[in-house]
Amino acid sequence: MATTTLAKAADDEAVRHAARIEHVSKSFAGPAGAQLVLDDISLDVAPGEFVTLLGASGCGKSTLLNLVAGLDAPSSGGITTDGRPALMFQEHALFPWLTAGKNIELALRLRGVPKADRRARTEELLALVRLKGAYGKRVHELSGGMRQRVALARALAQDSRLLLMDEPFAALDAITRDVLHDELTRIWAETGVSVLFVTHNVREAVRLAQRVVLLSSRPGRVAREWTVDIPQPRRIEDAPVAELSVEITEVLRGEIRRHGQH
Amino acid sequence: MASTETSTGPTGGIAPGPAGAGDELAGVEAGLDALESTASGRPPLRRTLIDKVLPPVVAVALILVVWQALISFKVVDDPSKLPSPSAVWDEVHEAWLRGDLLGYIWTSVSRGLLGFLFALALGTPLGLLVARVKFVRAAIGPILSGLQSLPSVAWVPPAVIWLGLDNSMMYAVILLGAVPSIANGLVSGVDQVPPLFLRAGRTMGATGLKGTWHIVLPAALPGYVAGLKQGWAFSWRSLMAAEIIASFPDLGVGLGQLLENGRNASDMSMVFEAILLILVVGIAIDLLIFSPLERWVLRSRGLMVRS
Repeated sequence: MATTTLAKAADDEAVRHAARIEHVSKSFAGPAGAQLVLDDISLDVAPGEFVTLLGASGCGKSTLLNLVAGLDAPSSGGITTDGRPALMFQEHALFPWLTAGKNIELALRLRGVPKADRRARTEELLALVRLKGAYGKRVHELSGGMRQRVALARALAQDSRLLLMDEPFAALDAITRDVLHDELTRIWAETGVSVLFVTHNVREAVRLAQRVVLLSSRPGRVAREWTVDIPQPRRIEDAPVAELSVEITEVLRGEIRRHGQH
Repeated sequence: MASTETSTGPTGGIAPGPAGAGDELAGVEAGLDALESTASGRPPLRRTLIDKVLPPVVAVALILVVWQALISFKVVDDPSKLPSPSAVWDEVHEAWLRGDLLGYIWTSVSRGLLGFLFALALGTPLGLLVARVKFVRAAIGPILSGLQSLPSVAWVPPAVIWLGLDNSMMYAVILLGAVPSIANGLVSGVDQVPPLFLRAGRTMGATGLKGTWHIVLPAALPGYVAGLKQGWAFSWRSLMAAEIIASFPDLGVGLGQLLENGRNASDMSMVFEAILLILVVGIAIDLLIFSPLERWVLRSRGLMVRS
Protein backbone atom coordinates (compact mmCIF):
# COMPACT_ATOMS: atom_id res chain seq x y z
CA MET A 1 0.00 0.00 0.00
CA ALA A 2 2.84 2.37 0.84
CA THR A 3 4.47 1.79 -2.52
CA THR A 4 1.37 2.59 -4.54
CA THR A 5 0.98 5.82 -2.62
CA LEU A 6 4.56 6.77 -3.41
CA ALA A 7 4.23 5.85 -7.09
CA LYS A 8 1.15 8.01 -7.39
CA ALA A 9 2.74 10.84 -5.48
CA ALA A 10 5.48 11.10 -8.10
CA ASP A 11 3.04 12.14 -10.84
CA ASP A 12 0.41 13.85 -8.74
CA GLU A 13 1.20 16.86 -6.61
CA ALA A 14 -1.96 16.55 -4.50
CA VAL A 15 -1.17 13.02 -3.34
CA ARG A 16 1.91 14.15 -1.48
CA HIS A 17 -0.48 14.81 1.39
CA ALA A 18 -3.02 12.45 2.86
CA ALA A 19 -4.92 15.63 3.69
CA ARG A 20 -4.18 19.26 2.98
CA ILE A 21 -6.22 21.88 4.84
CA GLU A 22 -5.61 25.37 3.49
CA HIS A 23 -6.88 28.53 5.20
CA VAL A 24 -10.12 26.91 6.20
CA SER A 25 -12.72 28.96 8.05
CA LYS A 26 -16.17 27.86 9.06
CA SER A 27 -19.01 29.85 10.55
CA PHE A 28 -22.49 28.77 11.53
CA ALA A 29 -25.61 30.93 11.63
CA GLY A 30 -26.31 31.59 15.32
CA PRO A 31 -28.85 33.66 17.26
CA ALA A 32 -26.40 36.60 17.32
CA GLY A 33 -25.52 36.49 13.63
CA ALA A 34 -22.87 34.30 12.03
CA GLN A 35 -20.60 32.65 14.57
CA LEU A 36 -17.02 31.90 13.56
CA VAL A 37 -16.08 28.38 14.70
CA LEU A 38 -12.87 27.76 12.75
CA ASP A 39 -10.57 30.63 11.80
CA ASP A 40 -7.98 30.25 9.05
CA ILE A 41 -6.78 26.73 9.82
CA SER A 42 -3.92 25.36 7.73
CA LEU A 43 -2.69 21.84 8.37
CA ASP A 44 -1.13 19.06 6.31
CA VAL A 45 -1.12 15.36 7.09
CA ALA A 46 1.67 13.47 5.32
CA PRO A 47 1.06 9.95 3.99
CA GLY A 48 1.44 7.50 6.85
CA GLU A 49 1.58 10.27 9.46
CA PHE A 50 -0.26 10.16 12.80
CA VAL A 51 -1.51 13.62 13.84
CA THR A 52 -3.63 14.42 16.88
CA LEU A 53 -5.81 17.51 17.09
CA LEU A 54 -6.00 18.63 20.69
CA GLY A 55 -8.26 21.26 22.16
CA ALA A 56 -10.75 22.20 24.86
CA SER A 57 -14.50 22.39 24.23
CA GLY A 58 -15.49 24.91 21.59
CA CYS A 59 -12.30 24.60 19.58
CA GLY A 60 -14.25 23.18 16.67
CA LYS A 61 -12.19 20.00 16.39
CA SER A 62 -15.18 17.84 15.52
CA THR A 63 -16.35 20.48 13.02
CA LEU A 64 -12.94 20.36 11.37
CA LEU A 65 -13.10 16.58 11.16
CA ASN A 66 -16.56 16.76 9.56
CA LEU A 67 -15.16 19.16 6.97
CA VAL A 68 -12.28 16.83 6.16
CA ALA A 69 -14.71 13.91 5.95
CA GLY A 70 -16.76 15.86 3.43
CA LEU A 71 -19.89 15.80 5.61
CA ASP A 72 -19.96 19.60 5.58
CA ALA A 73 -18.42 22.35 3.44
CA PRO A 74 -16.01 25.05 4.70
CA SER A 75 -17.15 28.70 4.54
CA SER A 76 -13.84 29.61 2.95
CA GLY A 77 -10.56 27.90 2.16
CA GLY A 78 -9.98 24.48 0.67
CA ILE A 79 -9.50 20.88 1.73
CA THR A 80 -8.00 18.19 -0.46
CA THR A 81 -7.74 14.57 0.61
CA ASP A 82 -6.23 11.55 -1.05
CA GLY A 83 -9.49 9.73 -1.75
CA ARG A 84 -12.51 9.59 0.56
CA PRO A 85 -11.39 9.39 4.19
CA ALA A 86 -12.84 6.87 6.63
CA LEU A 87 -14.38 8.25 9.82
CA MET A 88 -14.67 6.72 13.28
CA PHE A 89 -16.91 8.27 15.93
CA GLN A 90 -16.97 8.38 19.71
CA GLU A 91 -20.04 6.14 19.52
CA HIS A 92 -19.27 2.95 17.64
CA ALA A 93 -21.99 3.71 15.03
CA LEU A 94 -22.18 0.02 14.11
CA PHE A 95 -25.50 -0.93 12.53
CA PRO A 96 -27.42 -3.04 15.06
CA TRP A 97 -29.37 -4.93 12.39
CA LEU A 98 -26.15 -6.48 11.08
CA THR A 99 -23.66 -8.79 12.75
CA ALA A 100 -20.12 -7.56 13.39
CA GLY A 101 -18.90 -9.31 10.24
CA LYS A 102 -21.76 -8.02 8.09
CA ASN A 103 -21.04 -4.46 9.22
CA ILE A 104 -17.55 -4.80 7.80
CA GLU A 105 -18.85 -6.51 4.66
CA LEU A 106 -21.25 -3.62 4.04
CA ALA A 107 -18.31 -1.20 3.93
CA LEU A 108 -16.56 -3.53 1.48
CA ARG A 109 -19.71 -3.83 -0.63
CA LEU A 110 -20.24 -0.06 -0.79
CA ARG A 111 -16.62 0.26 -1.91
CA GLY A 112 -17.32 -2.18 -4.75
CA VAL A 113 -15.41 -5.25 -3.52
CA PRO A 114 -16.79 -8.31 -5.38
CA LYS A 115 -18.98 -10.60 -3.32
CA ALA A 116 -16.61 -13.56 -3.55
CA ASP A 117 -13.78 -11.63 -1.87
CA ARG A 118 -15.75 -9.96 0.90
CA ARG A 119 -15.89 -12.80 3.41
CA ALA A 120 -12.15 -13.50 3.28
CA ARG A 121 -11.28 -9.80 3.53
CA THR A 122 -13.66 -9.43 6.49
CA GLU A 123 -12.00 -12.32 8.31
CA GLU A 124 -8.61 -10.67 7.67
CA LEU A 125 -9.80 -7.38 9.13
CA LEU A 126 -11.33 -9.12 12.16
CA ALA A 127 -8.01 -10.90 12.70
CA LEU A 128 -6.24 -7.55 12.44
CA VAL A 129 -8.29 -6.15 15.34
CA ARG A 130 -7.95 -9.51 17.13
CA LEU A 131 -11.60 -10.47 17.01
CA LYS A 132 -11.32 -13.67 15.04
CA GLY A 133 -14.45 -15.38 16.33
CA ALA A 134 -16.69 -12.32 16.23
CA TYR A 135 -18.02 -12.56 12.66
CA GLY A 136 -21.49 -13.75 13.65
CA LYS A 137 -21.78 -11.74 16.87
CA ARG A 138 -24.54 -9.17 17.21
CA VAL A 139 -23.43 -5.65 18.09
CA HIS A 140 -25.19 -5.71 21.48
CA GLU A 141 -23.35 -8.90 22.41
CA LEU A 142 -19.97 -7.14 22.21
CA SER A 143 -18.31 -5.09 24.95
CA GLY A 144 -17.55 -1.39 24.41
CA GLY A 145 -13.92 -2.10 23.53
CA MET A 146 -14.87 -4.86 21.09
CA ARG A 147 -17.42 -2.59 19.41
CA GLN A 148 -14.80 0.10 18.83
CA ARG A 149 -12.43 -2.50 17.38
CA VAL A 150 -15.14 -3.69 14.96
CA ALA A 151 -15.78 -0.02 14.09
CA LEU A 152 -12.05 0.35 13.44
CA ALA A 153 -12.08 -2.73 11.22
CA ARG A 154 -15.09 -1.32 9.36
CA ALA A 155 -13.28 1.99 8.84
CA LEU A 156 -10.21 0.14 7.58
CA ALA A 157 -12.46 -1.84 5.21
CA GLN A 158 -13.01 1.37 3.29
CA ASP A 159 -9.33 1.12 2.36
CA SER A 160 -8.92 4.88 2.70
CA ARG A 161 -5.46 6.38 2.91
CA LEU A 162 -6.69 8.67 5.67
CA LEU A 163 -8.45 7.58 8.85
CA LEU A 164 -10.29 10.30 10.78
CA MET A 165 -11.00 9.50 14.41
CA ASP A 166 -13.34 11.66 16.49
CA GLU A 167 -12.54 10.90 20.16
CA PRO A 168 -13.05 7.19 19.48
CA PHE A 169 -11.95 6.02 22.94
CA ALA A 170 -13.50 8.78 25.07
CA ALA A 171 -16.42 6.64 26.22
CA LEU A 172 -14.31 3.62 27.20
CA ASP A 173 -13.01 2.71 30.65
CA ALA A 174 -9.33 3.51 31.30
CA ILE A 175 -8.08 -0.08 31.13
CA THR A 176 -9.74 -0.77 27.79
CA ARG A 177 -8.64 2.60 26.43
CA ASP A 178 -5.04 1.81 27.34
CA VAL A 179 -5.18 -1.51 25.49
CA LEU A 180 -6.79 0.11 22.45
CA HIS A 181 -3.98 2.71 22.34
CA ASP A 182 -1.51 -0.15 21.96
CA GLU A 183 -3.73 -1.76 19.32
CA LEU A 184 -4.15 1.43 17.31
CA THR A 185 -0.39 2.04 17.31
CA ARG A 186 0.19 -1.53 16.11
CA ILE A 187 -2.48 -1.38 13.40
CA TRP A 188 -1.29 2.02 12.22
CA ALA A 189 2.23 0.62 11.86
CA GLU A 190 0.98 -2.51 10.07
CA THR A 191 -1.28 -0.76 7.59
CA GLY A 192 0.62 2.48 6.96
CA VAL A 193 -2.64 4.46 7.04
CA SER A 194 -2.52 8.19 7.87
CA VAL A 195 -4.47 9.14 10.98
CA LEU A 196 -6.00 12.43 12.04
CA PHE A 197 -7.13 11.84 15.62
CA VAL A 198 -9.22 14.31 17.60
CA THR A 199 -9.09 14.28 21.39
CA HIS A 200 -9.27 16.49 24.47
CA ASN A 201 -7.01 14.14 26.39
CA VAL A 202 -3.44 15.52 26.38
CA ARG A 203 -1.73 12.27 27.40
CA GLU A 204 -3.67 10.32 24.81
CA ALA A 205 -2.53 12.81 22.15
CA VAL A 206 1.13 12.45 23.18
CA ARG A 207 0.88 8.67 23.62
CA LEU A 208 -0.33 8.16 20.03
CA ALA A 209 0.90 10.91 17.75
CA GLN A 210 3.94 11.85 15.74
CA ARG A 211 2.67 15.41 15.78
CA VAL A 212 0.30 17.13 18.22
CA VAL A 213 -1.63 20.18 16.98
CA LEU A 214 -3.18 22.36 19.68
CA LEU A 215 -6.28 24.34 18.71
CA SER A 216 -7.40 27.43 20.59
CA SER A 217 -11.10 27.84 21.33
CA ARG A 218 -13.79 30.18 19.99
CA PRO A 219 -12.81 30.50 17.26
CA GLY A 220 -10.60 27.48 16.65
CA ARG A 221 -7.14 28.43 15.45
CA VAL A 222 -3.91 26.46 15.34
CA ALA A 223 -2.26 27.64 18.58
CA ARG A 224 0.89 25.51 18.54
CA GLU A 225 2.37 22.30 17.23
CA TRP A 226 4.69 19.74 18.78
CA THR A 227 6.61 16.99 17.08
CA VAL A 228 6.71 13.91 19.30
CA ASP A 229 9.89 11.93 18.69
CA ILE A 230 9.54 9.51 21.60
CA PRO A 231 9.97 6.03 20.02
CA GLN A 232 6.95 3.71 19.75
CA PRO A 233 5.74 1.55 21.41
CA ARG A 234 5.14 4.12 24.12
CA ARG A 235 3.14 3.82 27.30
CA ILE A 236 0.92 6.50 28.65
CA GLU A 237 2.87 6.47 31.95
CA ASP A 238 6.36 6.77 30.35
CA ALA A 239 8.34 9.70 31.73
CA PRO A 240 8.93 11.45 28.35
CA VAL A 241 5.20 11.18 27.56
CA ALA A 242 4.35 12.67 30.93
CA GLU A 243 6.91 15.50 30.55
CA LEU A 244 5.64 16.59 27.16
CA SER A 245 2.04 16.29 28.42
CA VAL A 246 2.82 18.69 31.28
CA GLU A 247 4.30 21.18 28.84
CA ILE A 248 1.32 20.96 26.47
CA THR A 249 -1.16 21.15 29.34
CA GLU A 250 0.45 24.43 30.49
CA VAL A 251 -0.06 25.97 27.05
CA LEU A 252 -3.58 24.55 26.81
CA ARG A 253 -4.50 26.05 30.21
CA GLY A 254 -3.06 29.38 29.09
CA GLU A 255 -5.36 29.27 26.07
CA ILE A 256 -8.37 28.45 28.25
CA ARG A 257 -7.55 31.19 30.78
CA ARG A 258 -7.80 33.85 28.08
CA HIS A 259 -11.53 33.13 27.84
CA GLY A 260 -12.15 33.93 31.51
CA GLN A 261 -10.53 37.36 31.29
CA HIS A 262 -13.20 39.20 29.33
CA MET B 1 8.48 6.15 8.65
CA ALA B 2 10.24 2.87 9.22
CA SER B 3 7.25 1.07 10.62
CA THR B 4 5.38 0.83 7.29
CA GLU B 5 8.22 -1.24 5.84
CA THR B 6 7.68 -3.92 8.43
CA SER B 7 4.10 -4.29 7.28
CA THR B 8 3.33 -7.89 6.40
CA GLY B 9 -0.35 -7.39 5.76
CA PRO B 10 -3.23 -7.73 8.15
CA THR B 11 -2.89 -11.49 8.56
CA GLY B 12 0.40 -11.11 10.43
CA GLY B 13 -1.33 -10.30 13.68
CA ILE B 14 1.86 -9.68 15.66
CA ALA B 15 2.98 -6.15 16.36
CA PRO B 16 6.42 -4.95 15.40
CA GLY B 17 8.46 -4.16 18.46
CA PRO B 18 10.02 -6.21 21.22
CA ALA B 19 9.37 -9.93 20.84
CA GLY B 20 6.45 -11.10 22.93
CA ALA B 21 4.93 -7.63 23.43
CA GLY B 22 2.26 -8.35 20.82
CA ASP B 23 1.35 -11.69 22.36
CA GLU B 24 1.11 -10.14 25.78
CA LEU B 25 -1.23 -7.44 24.47
CA ALA B 26 -3.32 -10.06 22.69
CA GLY B 27 -3.61 -11.93 25.98
CA VAL B 28 -4.73 -8.84 27.92
CA GLU B 29 -7.24 -8.08 25.22
CA ALA B 30 -8.66 -11.59 25.16
CA GLY B 31 -9.04 -11.36 28.95
CA LEU B 32 -10.88 -8.04 28.74
CA ASP B 33 -13.19 -9.38 26.04
CA ALA B 34 -14.02 -12.42 28.13
CA LEU B 35 -14.67 -10.30 31.23
CA GLU B 36 -17.00 -7.90 29.47
CA SER B 37 -18.96 -10.23 27.24
CA THR B 38 -22.30 -11.35 28.50
CA ALA B 39 -23.73 -14.71 27.62
CA SER B 40 -27.14 -14.55 26.03
CA GLY B 41 -29.49 -17.39 25.30
CA ARG B 42 -33.11 -18.35 25.39
CA PRO B 43 -34.71 -18.90 28.79
CA PRO B 44 -35.63 -22.54 29.55
CA LEU B 45 -39.04 -23.80 28.41
CA ARG B 46 -40.36 -24.22 31.96
CA ARG B 47 -39.72 -20.52 32.70
CA THR B 48 -41.50 -19.49 29.49
CA LEU B 49 -44.51 -21.63 30.45
CA ILE B 50 -44.72 -20.16 33.95
CA ASP B 51 -44.04 -16.53 32.93
CA LYS B 52 -45.86 -16.25 29.63
CA VAL B 53 -48.45 -19.01 29.26
CA LEU B 54 -49.83 -19.49 32.76
CA PRO B 55 -51.11 -15.93 33.44
CA PRO B 56 -53.41 -15.66 30.37
CA VAL B 57 -54.71 -19.20 30.98
CA VAL B 58 -55.62 -18.25 34.55
CA ALA B 59 -57.32 -15.05 33.32
CA VAL B 60 -59.44 -16.93 30.75
CA ALA B 61 -60.39 -19.59 33.31
CA LEU B 62 -61.46 -16.86 35.73
CA ILE B 63 -63.69 -15.22 33.10
CA LEU B 64 -65.32 -18.59 32.33
CA VAL B 65 -65.94 -19.23 36.04
CA VAL B 66 -67.60 -15.82 36.50
CA TRP B 67 -69.66 -16.30 33.34
CA GLN B 68 -70.86 -19.74 34.47
CA ALA B 69 -71.57 -18.37 37.94
CA LEU B 70 -73.82 -15.67 36.46
CA ILE B 71 -75.89 -18.46 34.86
CA SER B 72 -75.75 -21.00 37.70
CA PHE B 73 -76.75 -18.55 40.43
CA LYS B 74 -79.48 -17.16 38.15
CA VAL B 75 -78.08 -13.64 38.19
CA VAL B 76 -78.98 -13.50 34.51
CA ASP B 77 -81.83 -15.88 33.91
CA ASP B 78 -82.54 -15.38 30.22
CA PRO B 79 -80.68 -17.46 27.57
CA SER B 80 -81.69 -14.93 24.88
CA LYS B 81 -79.63 -12.29 26.76
CA LEU B 82 -76.74 -14.38 28.05
CA PRO B 83 -76.22 -17.95 26.86
CA SER B 84 -74.23 -20.33 29.05
CA PRO B 85 -70.61 -21.11 28.12
CA SER B 86 -71.63 -24.66 27.33
CA ALA B 87 -74.37 -23.48 24.91
CA VAL B 88 -71.83 -21.37 23.04
CA TRP B 89 -69.42 -24.29 23.03
CA ASP B 90 -72.17 -26.58 21.62
CA GLU B 91 -72.76 -24.05 18.84
CA VAL B 92 -69.06 -24.09 17.94
CA HIS B 93 -68.94 -27.85 18.18
CA GLU B 94 -71.99 -28.24 15.90
CA ALA B 95 -70.49 -25.91 13.32
CA TRP B 96 -67.37 -28.05 13.44
CA LEU B 97 -69.38 -31.29 12.97
CA ARG B 98 -71.31 -29.73 10.05
CA GLY B 99 -67.92 -28.88 8.53
CA ASP B 100 -68.81 -25.18 8.44
CA LEU B 101 -66.51 -23.86 11.14
CA LEU B 102 -63.28 -23.83 9.15
CA GLY B 103 -65.22 -22.41 6.20
CA TYR B 104 -66.38 -19.39 8.25
CA ILE B 105 -62.87 -18.79 9.51
CA TRP B 106 -61.17 -19.31 6.16
CA THR B 107 -63.58 -16.98 4.31
CA SER B 108 -62.67 -14.13 6.64
CA VAL B 109 -58.99 -14.92 7.19
CA SER B 110 -58.25 -15.31 3.47
CA ARG B 111 -59.97 -12.01 2.77
CA GLY B 112 -58.19 -10.32 5.65
CA LEU B 113 -54.71 -11.56 4.79
CA LEU B 114 -55.06 -10.91 1.06
CA GLY B 115 -56.37 -7.41 1.78
CA PHE B 116 -53.51 -6.90 4.20
CA LEU B 117 -50.99 -7.90 1.53
CA PHE B 118 -52.52 -5.36 -0.87
CA ALA B 119 -52.31 -2.74 1.90
CA LEU B 120 -48.67 -3.69 2.44
CA ALA B 121 -47.86 -3.28 -1.24
CA LEU B 122 -49.52 0.15 -1.30
CA GLY B 123 -48.65 1.47 2.15
CA THR B 124 -44.90 0.75 1.99
CA PRO B 125 -44.02 2.88 -1.05
CA LEU B 126 -46.49 5.52 0.11
CA GLY B 127 -44.84 5.69 3.54
CA LEU B 128 -41.39 5.89 1.99
CA LEU B 129 -42.51 8.71 -0.27
CA VAL B 130 -44.02 10.67 2.64
CA ALA B 131 -40.94 10.10 4.79
CA ARG B 132 -38.34 11.05 2.20
CA VAL B 133 -39.97 13.72 -0.03
CA LYS B 134 -40.59 16.99 1.79
CA PHE B 135 -43.34 18.21 -0.52
CA VAL B 136 -45.29 14.95 -0.33
CA ARG B 137 -45.02 14.98 3.46
CA ALA B 138 -46.31 18.54 3.70
CA ALA B 139 -49.10 17.72 1.24
CA ILE B 140 -50.51 14.40 2.50
CA GLY B 141 -48.74 13.71 5.81
CA PRO B 142 -51.48 15.29 7.96
CA ILE B 143 -54.24 13.66 5.88
CA LEU B 144 -52.61 10.28 6.34
CA SER B 145 -52.46 10.73 10.13
CA GLY B 146 -56.05 11.98 10.13
CA LEU B 147 -57.26 8.95 8.17
CA GLN B 148 -55.96 6.74 10.99
CA SER B 149 -58.53 8.19 13.35
CA LEU B 150 -61.40 7.84 10.87
CA PRO B 151 -63.28 4.61 11.75
CA SER B 152 -63.09 2.44 8.65
CA VAL B 153 -66.80 1.51 9.02
CA ALA B 154 -67.41 4.94 7.53
CA TRP B 155 -66.01 3.66 4.24
CA VAL B 156 -68.47 0.77 3.95
CA PRO B 157 -71.47 2.71 2.51
CA PRO B 158 -69.47 4.50 -0.22
CA ALA B 159 -67.58 1.29 -1.03
CA VAL B 160 -70.88 -0.56 -1.50
CA ILE B 161 -72.17 2.20 -3.79
CA TRP B 162 -68.95 2.37 -5.83
CA LEU B 163 -68.08 -1.29 -6.09
CA GLY B 164 -71.31 -3.14 -5.35
CA LEU B 165 -71.74 -6.09 -3.01
CA ASP B 166 -68.73 -8.21 -3.82
CA ASN B 167 -65.24 -9.02 -2.58
CA SER B 168 -63.63 -5.95 -4.15
CA MET B 169 -65.75 -3.83 -1.79
CA MET B 170 -64.29 -5.76 1.18
CA TYR B 171 -60.74 -5.23 -0.06
CA ALA B 172 -61.35 -1.52 -0.60
CA VAL B 173 -62.50 -1.12 3.02
CA ILE B 174 -59.48 -3.09 4.30
CA LEU B 175 -57.12 -0.95 2.24
CA LEU B 176 -58.59 2.31 3.49
CA GLY B 177 -58.25 1.03 7.06
CA ALA B 178 -54.77 -0.47 6.91
CA VAL B 179 -52.79 1.63 4.41
CA PRO B 180 -52.59 4.73 6.66
CA SER B 181 -51.33 2.63 9.61
CA ILE B 182 -48.65 0.90 7.57
CA ALA B 183 -47.52 4.13 5.88
CA ASN B 184 -47.48 6.05 9.19
CA GLY B 185 -45.51 3.27 10.88
CA LEU B 186 -42.84 3.50 8.21
CA VAL B 187 -42.78 7.30 8.42
CA SER B 188 -42.23 7.29 12.18
CA GLY B 189 -39.66 4.51 11.77
CA VAL B 190 -37.71 6.62 9.27
CA ASP B 191 -38.03 9.72 11.47
CA GLN B 192 -36.47 7.86 14.38
CA VAL B 193 -33.38 6.68 12.52
CA PRO B 194 -30.43 8.02 14.55
CA PRO B 195 -28.56 10.74 12.58
CA LEU B 196 -25.31 9.00 13.55
CA PHE B 197 -26.23 6.03 11.32
CA LEU B 198 -26.88 8.37 8.40
CA ARG B 199 -23.51 10.09 8.91
CA ALA B 200 -21.72 6.76 9.24
CA GLY B 201 -23.46 5.57 6.07
CA ARG B 202 -22.50 8.68 4.17
CA THR B 203 -18.80 8.35 5.02
CA MET B 204 -19.02 4.77 3.73
CA GLY B 205 -20.54 5.94 0.45
CA ALA B 206 -24.17 5.04 1.15
CA THR B 207 -25.99 8.04 -0.30
CA GLY B 208 -29.21 8.38 -2.29
CA LEU B 209 -30.91 5.08 -3.14
CA LYS B 210 -28.00 3.08 -1.71
CA GLY B 211 -28.40 4.94 1.56
CA THR B 212 -32.14 4.27 1.59
CA TRP B 213 -31.66 0.56 0.91
CA HIS B 214 -28.68 -0.18 3.17
CA ILE B 215 -29.21 2.28 6.03
CA VAL B 216 -32.61 3.99 6.22
CA LEU B 217 -34.91 1.01 5.58
CA PRO B 218 -33.21 -1.48 7.91
CA ALA B 219 -32.84 1.21 10.58
CA ALA B 220 -36.57 2.01 10.28
CA LEU B 221 -37.62 -1.63 10.57
CA PRO B 222 -38.79 -1.57 14.23
CA GLY B 223 -41.21 1.31 13.52
CA TYR B 224 -42.32 -0.35 10.29
CA VAL B 225 -43.09 -3.63 12.04
CA ALA B 226 -45.09 -1.79 14.72
CA GLY B 227 -47.04 -0.20 11.85
CA LEU B 228 -47.64 -3.63 10.28
CA LYS B 229 -48.97 -4.95 13.55
CA GLN B 230 -51.38 -2.05 13.87
CA GLY B 231 -52.19 -2.35 10.16
CA TRP B 232 -53.28 -5.95 10.68
CA ALA B 233 -55.51 -4.98 13.61
CA PHE B 234 -57.10 -2.28 11.43
CA SER B 235 -57.49 -4.70 8.50
CA TRP B 236 -59.29 -7.22 10.66
CA ARG B 237 -61.58 -4.64 12.26
CA SER B 238 -62.45 -3.05 8.90
CA LEU B 239 -63.19 -6.43 7.40
CA MET B 240 -65.54 -7.40 10.26
CA ALA B 241 -67.37 -4.08 9.91
CA ALA B 242 -67.73 -4.65 6.16
CA GLU B 243 -68.95 -8.23 6.62
CA ILE B 244 -71.53 -7.25 9.24
CA ILE B 245 -72.97 -4.33 7.31
CA ALA B 246 -72.76 -5.76 3.82
CA SER B 247 -73.81 -9.35 4.41
CA PHE B 248 -75.12 -10.88 1.24
CA PRO B 249 -75.59 -14.61 0.57
CA ASP B 250 -73.43 -14.62 -2.57
CA LEU B 251 -70.45 -13.34 -0.60
CA GLY B 252 -70.16 -16.57 1.39
CA VAL B 253 -70.42 -16.70 5.17
CA GLY B 254 -67.47 -15.19 7.00
CA LEU B 255 -67.31 -14.45 10.72
CA GLY B 256 -68.96 -11.04 10.29
CA GLN B 257 -71.89 -12.56 8.39
CA LEU B 258 -72.15 -15.27 11.04
CA LEU B 259 -72.61 -12.56 13.67
CA GLU B 260 -75.22 -10.79 11.54
CA ASN B 261 -77.03 -14.09 10.87
CA GLY B 262 -77.09 -14.77 14.60
CA ARG B 263 -78.65 -11.36 15.25
CA ASN B 264 -81.29 -11.90 12.55
CA ALA B 265 -82.18 -15.28 14.03
CA SER B 266 -82.11 -13.80 17.58
CA ASP B 267 -79.75 -16.65 18.42
CA MET B 268 -77.55 -15.33 21.20
CA SER B 269 -75.34 -18.45 21.28
CA MET B 270 -74.51 -17.90 17.62
CA VAL B 271 -73.75 -14.21 18.25
CA PHE B 272 -71.40 -15.15 21.07
CA GLU B 273 -69.84 -17.88 18.93
CA ALA B 274 -69.11 -15.31 16.20
CA ILE B 275 -67.67 -12.74 18.62
CA LEU B 276 -65.44 -15.36 20.24
CA LEU B 277 -64.20 -16.59 16.88
CA ILE B 278 -63.43 -13.04 15.68
CA LEU B 279 -61.48 -12.42 18.87
CA VAL B 280 -59.62 -15.72 18.80
CA VAL B 281 -58.66 -15.44 15.12
CA GLY B 282 -57.44 -11.84 15.54
CA ILE B 283 -55.30 -12.85 18.52
CA ALA B 284 -54.04 -16.01 16.79
CA ILE B 285 -52.84 -14.17 13.68
CA ASP B 286 -51.08 -11.63 15.88
CA LEU B 287 -49.46 -14.35 17.99
CA LEU B 288 -48.46 -16.49 15.01
CA ILE B 289 -47.19 -13.81 12.61
CA PHE B 290 -46.74 -10.31 13.95
CA SER B 291 -45.54 -10.82 17.52
CA PRO B 292 -42.76 -13.25 16.49
CA LEU B 293 -41.75 -10.84 13.71
CA GLU B 294 -41.58 -7.93 16.15
CA ARG B 295 -39.72 -9.96 18.77
CA TRP B 296 -37.19 -11.14 16.19
CA VAL B 297 -36.52 -7.58 15.01
CA LEU B 298 -36.13 -6.21 18.53
CA ARG B 299 -34.13 -9.13 19.90
CA SER B 300 -31.63 -9.19 17.05
CA ARG B 301 -30.88 -5.53 17.79
CA GLY B 302 -30.60 -5.98 21.52
CA LEU B 303 -33.65 -3.77 22.03
CA MET B 304 -35.67 -6.25 24.05
CA VAL B 305 -35.06 -6.36 27.76
CA ARG B 306 -35.71 -9.83 29.06
CA SER B 307 -37.61 -9.72 32.32
